[in-house]
Amino acid sequence: MFIVIACMITGIVVGYLFRQYKLRFIHFLILTLIWLLLFFLGLEVGANETVIRQFGKLGYEAFLLAFAATLGSVIFAGLLWMTVRSKSVSK
Amino acid sequence: MKGSLIILSFFATGLLLGIYRFFPVELLGYNVSFFVLCVLMFSVGISIGNDPTSFHQFRNLNPRLIFLPIMTILGTWLGVVVVSFFLKNRSMADCLAVGSGFGYYSLSSILITQCKGIELGTIALLSNIMREVFTLLFAPWMVKYFGKLAPICAGGATTMDTTFPIIVRTSGKDFAIVSIYQGFIMDFTVPFLVTFFCSL
Repeated sequence: MFIVIACMITGIVVGYLFRQYKLRFIHFLILTLIWLLLFFLGLEVGANETVIRQFGKLGYEAFLLAFAATLGSVIFAGLLWMTVRSKSVSK
Repeated sequence: MKGSLIILSFFATGLLLGIYRFFPVELLGYNVSFFVLCVLMFSVGISIGNDPTSFHQFRNLNPRLIFLPIMTILGTWLGVVVVSFFLKNRSMADCLAVGSGFGYYSLSSILITQCKGIELGTIALLSNIMREVFTLLFAPWMVKYFGKLAPICAGGATTMDTTFPIIVRTSGKDFAIVSIYQGFIMDFTVPFLVTFFCSL
């Protein structure tokens, strides 16, 4: 997996070296590759009968994780909001 | 929103073709998607390195708001760790890997599928899509009860693109730069955190 990170870091260096050129096509390339990979992921999921049979259960687990992650970050946002606001009020 | 629907439809098309075996999945070796993933990450890197102006924009930010992405990360981890005690068949590291997608479902699900298999990858995809949908649907409610930073933290890595319009509408234009800053930082950290938790 660290090959993947190495690819990204190489990309950052290359992108920085060519920073005077606006590489606009890169955003289209990223989008196309994401489409391709999610199509692949769909194929793999669809062909995998155990995953398809469990799809409802996986969806339920996904829902719990999404709900808790959203709620947790919203609460922490509230904590930061209180300190930011109390500071501006005291000014 | 339209962009997310297009992305989803690619997944759904693959799903249907896979279920009904219209496409020989055997053709799709492990190496093909891994190679495409490496090219994708290289391109993501280029897009970050190619745009150093983004860094300069963030100078006129309220210094306390620099900590906003950290709040997003800590809040998400706390929530996900609590849930991991209820999900007996998932380890805490698995749950943290899913949570560390921060709504960036395309990249996180692909990375997790490569590392941890297709089951957790599917959970990552669904879970991070739901996070984006929650933010789009409940942003006004979040502002009302948790303040104007709440939808930005909830949006995670999506606050620069898909959830940006709703954040500007509910939190106000003053929070546009904060929102872009948060999205930029989170986009950058997702690959690192997800691969880290996958390797545990």
